[in-house]
Amino acid sequence: MYRWFHQLGSPPYFYRLARRLEPWLAIAALLLIAWGVYGGLVKAPPDYQQGEAFRIIYVHVPSAWLSLFVYTAMAVAGAVALVWRMKLAEVFVTAAAPLGAAFTFLALVTGSIWGKPMWGTWWVWDARLTSELILLFLYLGVIALNAAIEDRRSAARACALLALVGVINVPIVHYSVEWWNTLHQGPTITRFDRPAMAPEMLWPLLWCALGFNFLFFWLQLPRMRYELLQREARSRWVARELGSE
Amino acid sequence: MSSMWAIVRRDLLLGLRQRGEILQHLFFFLLVIVLFPLGTRPEPAMLLAVGPALIWMAVLLSAMLSLQRLFRPELEDGSLEQCLLSPLPLPLVVLSKVTAHWLASGLIYILASPLIALLLGVPGPAIPVIMAALALGTPTLGLVGAIGVALTLGLPRAGLLLSLLIFPLFVPVLIFGAGAMSAAITGLEFRGPLLMLAAMLVLSVTLAPLATAAALRISLE
Amino acid sequence: MGGYAAYVWSSYGVSAGVLGLCVATTYIRLAWLKRQLRRRETELDDPK
Repeated sequence: MYRWFHQLGSPPYFYRLARRLEPWLAIAALLLIAWGVYGGLVKAPPDYQQGEAFRIIYVHVPSAWLSLFVYTAMAVAGAVALVWRMKLAEVFVTAAAPLGAAFTFLALVTGSIWGKPMWGTWWVWDARLTSELILLFLYLGVIALNAAIEDRRSAARACALLALVGVINVPIVHYSVEWWNTLHQGPTITRFDRPAMAPEMLWPLLWCALGFNFLFFWLQLPRMRYELLQREARSRWVARELGSE
Repeated sequence: MSSMWAIVRRDLLLGLRQRGEILQHLFFFLLVIVLFPLGTRPEPAMLLAVGPALIWMAVLLSAMLSLQRLFRPELEDGSLEQCLLSPLPLPLVVLSKVTAHWLASGLIYILASPLIALLLGVPGPAIPVIMAALALGTPTLGLVGAIGVALTLGLPRAGLLLSLLIFPLFVPVLIFGAGAMSAAITGLEFRGPLLMLAAMLVLSVTLAPLATAAALRISLE
Repeated sequence: MGGYAAYVWSSYGVSAGVLGLCVATTYIRLAWLKRQLRRRETELDDPK
């Protein structure tokens, strides 16, 4: 087990493994999302309060969940990269940032679209959306830092540290925004929570969330392969892989 | 301990020789606050409502400006690498430098705050709370800001990138700092936000220098 | 509640669009890099 983990840290081994895994992850992701969307759009009954609009939940909640999951994963990878100086962990951080930003962007947009029929405005300064907005800035910071530093190694390590610092900040920001929101409560109390969900409503949500997770891991692998090819372009294993593909 | 004080003294002396820069940041701070009422109807009620946000905006913007001269002179003349080799642990070196930086910036804002309070029509009993909020908040800004400075050291257009990196780190200080000031102005309970500011300061003093030191090593390798 | 259909479809549409864009850019970028690296290799092999 330990030997496999050690092997996993070697770029050529990871590259080959990733290529083999990607199709399976893609299939799993697409099937789960399709099943979840079908359940959410067709099988689930309309909500007695929100009517059909609540179906947005099946893309909004998985996006929000992933935006947090990816950042946490980046932070863990960042810690591994800095403590054990593991190349693959560094690469994980820089490869994941744009994906996390995409999920955060989706969470914001779908949340905003959901808000229009619910509360009549496109944007509400509620705790959840505001926290997501700040999270988007955290992702943009990592992406910008990665783009600004020339040396790929230093860039990845700087981003790893930034992700680690950011992850400590996320709960602090979340708590402070919640506090701020309770102080300045507008006339409408925004509720993205569902009071109680019938099983036919809940299951598609879980399938979609799982599907989004697989989607992330699916896309993360080719992105990491890209970074590895860039960093190790001169090495022999890259030449071998390119020749054999 | 004494070597830390030596660093603080040295940085302060160097800063004094560049009095112009320090005064520039102070002037910018005052400018932001003075320009605002000029752009709108200076109704006392509105100024009081907006005042805390305005003060903190001015503090944040000035902090982003003044942070850019942290570590930069040392980077340019090569003494930053010497700091890496010093017997004093790098986090303590960082702490000393950030302290010196705060004495030349944050402290000045705190001392200027009664004047600002006067301009904004803040009632007398609230002024100590305003100073306390600034006293607890500005060191945190310097400490976490230093992390951003260290990460973007020597990069082109570092200022813009620095603002982007620092912004999420500043938000909690802004929220609780402005919250404390608003509460004091309207006569509500202000100790909660002040305690949160204190907690964040303690967290920053202990952890931020470690992160800054790590960032410096990454940037200089 | 028929008016809500537009919101539901637009949110699913945006999601599909953004995620599809992620997939596309990921693989296009990768293919482009591989082509670049291969071209550079053949240039190095070719002494002319």
